[in-house]
Amino acid sequence: MSLITLEDVTKIYRMGEVEVGALQGVSLEIEEGEMVAVIGPSGSGKSTLMNVVGCLDAPTSGRYELSGQDISRMSDSRLSEIRGRQIGFVFQTYNLLPRLSARANVELPLMYNNGADRKRRAMEALEMVGLGDRANHKPTELSGGQQQRVGIARALVKEPSIMLADEPTGNLDSSSSEEIMSLLRDLNREQGLTLMIVTHEFDIAAETNRIISMLDGRVVGDSHRDTWAPGGEPWPGGTRTGVVQAQSHSTERSTE
Amino acid sequence: MNPLDIVLTALSSLASNKLRAALTLLGIVIGVTAVIVLISLGQGVQKSITSEFESLGTNLITVTPGSSEGDGFGAFFGSGGDEDTLTLNDAYALLDPVSAPSVVAVAPEINTWAHVEYGRSSDDTTILGVTADYDDVRLYVVEQGEFISPVHDRDAASVAVLGAGISESLFGLRNPVGQTIKLNNKPFTIIGVLESKEGGFFGFLDRNIMIPLTTAHYRLNFDPNSKGEIQVGSISVQAASSEVAESAEREIRDILRLRHRIVEEDDFTITTQEQALEAIESAIGAFTIFLGSIAAISLLVGGIGIMNIMFVTVTERTREIGIRKAMGAKRRDIMLQFVTEAAVLSFGGGLVGLILGGLITMAMNGQDFLGGPTLETSLDLTITVLALGVSIGIGLFFGIYPALRAARLHPIDALRYE
Repeated sequence: MSLITLEDVTKIYRMGEVEVGALQGVSLEIEEGEMVAVIGPSGSGKSTLMNVVGCLDAPTSGRYELSGQDISRMSDSRLSEIRGRQIGFVFQTYNLLPRLSARANVELPLMYNNGADRKRRAMEALEMVGLGDRANHKPTELSGGQQQRVGIARALVKEPSIMLADEPTGNLDSSSSEEIMSLLRDLNREQGLTLMIVTHEFDIAAETNRIISMLDGRVVGDSHRDTWAPGGEPWPGGTRTGVVQAQSHSTERSTE
Repeated sequence: MNPLDIVLTALSSLASNKLRAALTLLGIVIGVTAVIVLISLGQGVQKSITSEFESLGTNLITVTPGSSEGDGFGAFFGSGGDEDTLTLNDAYALLDPVSAPSVVAVAPEINTWAHVEYGRSSDDTTILGVTADYDDVRLYVVEQGEFISPVHDRDAASVAVLGAGISESLFGLRNPVGQTIKLNNKPFTIIGVLESKEGGFFGFLDRNIMIPLTTAHYRLNFDPNSKGEIQVGSISVQAASSEVAESAEREIRDILRLRHRIVEEDDFTITTQEQALEAIESAIGAFTIFLGSIAAISLLVGGIGIMNIMFVTVTERTREIGIRKAMGAKRRDIMLQFVTEAAVLSFGGGLVGLILGGLITMAMNGQDFLGGPTLETSLDLTITVLALGVSIGIGLFFGIYPALRAARLHPIDALRYE
């Protein structure tokens, strides 16, 4: 059974008089232990997809199952509980609470899911991301890369079913970006962490094992690393339109 | 989320903006302090009056002419009813040991008003025509000289006993005994001065001048009724003990109804000390509640201050709310966090206000307040608990709406908020 199953999921936002179809019938499956990139231009619905998968938002129609539970019709409080136990978020802007120390930030999810042994688990998570010695620093006393590591530790500490990263390197310089990506890759490879990374950068996507391309609220491409062109180049020509076209030919398109 | 975490989170949020928290707190502090001080003040006044009241005479029952209903205080201190239904013989009839076994002493009095002169000093004051037992029944102590004797009364002697206050204003520190004053231009020899009642509230009693009842009747206020009997303004009756006050009241009523041949409505009013005290206490109690309510308005304003600040806080921390929700916080968790913050503010304010109010109350204790009586203020437990309870209640009440707003924020909107 797949960890995540989306069946014909739509999400419609109402902006005054206008209805915006952010997701227009998305179906996909993600297995446990996968490392997936969701790629697409802004407005393509990739963030909305992440919000739905992350249980921050309920789909307008369609069916969403997370490890066998039907999420689509759950109450607000049940969704909070699922977020608290199963989903780890990593944000582009880190979203750490500035008042709290790194360790207290990492403890936050455990506070809400009544996790035991918070201090020890938070320290372990910080050590896993290589920040064991910065536990008592406030976010403002840390570099961007370090802050994002704290963010990753905060997502890790609850041992989530899936970690969702929204442009995790978007605010970082290239060397910090590489560090964060290699940390995420290691976590996926060594801990078997399921990862879904939303990005608009191709070289970030290229570090994952599967790329889902989105455009106008639809999945227009879904390819695994082993189907990519020999030499590791996931797309011919290296342009965005290239990958979208190439993949839309090679994969089945979701139907509405 | 466990309660300790909730409180710690609230405290750390408040600590992040100390000045604002302190100012918000101040609103509640002022409100609670005002409530406590004013209510303690009211209770102090009540206590002082009660204790002074007891110094006026124990087991005292007052009979006044006329069927005035209700106002116990007025009857107790009234310058008599305006009807002429009580006579001196009525008073003596109450001393009958057979029909009134609970009565030990009676002290009838005539109240009138006179112009007093001594040398160049003059004054207008109340003249009481009293009998020899008056000082015992109403617990007056003679400081200098002597009190009116039965002989003075029998002879309608022109003698006077001064209250401490009028003595001081006419004679200063000199000894007035033996001097002659003029009451409505008639000479009276001063035979005694009374000790002050020390009553801030009953200070007016020290301005009375007492003369024999017969003298008052024949020389100052000659006005015989149809039967030629001496009318009195009121009769003070001393019951044997407070336990028999009620039976004394009944005996007095029976005797007077019989003497006045009454079958329907009484033409006199009987007021026990207890009834008079109740009347005073309920008047002061109402006043205390009035003061407290005014103070409570400031508490309410403080509560609105909390609500205002909580709205600002919720808006400012929208993003934080989004983060917490993404981390798994339920609506209830967010709600509790903000309500707790408001409650901590108001409880803290209540506590500080309580301490401040307590200190002010202690400082006021025993002080002459506005040149008036000495106050016995005290902070009692009921008010303490009430003040704290109300302040927490205010925090909860005014905190709930902002907290609800925070809890209802959609996590995605909250996360996007800049």
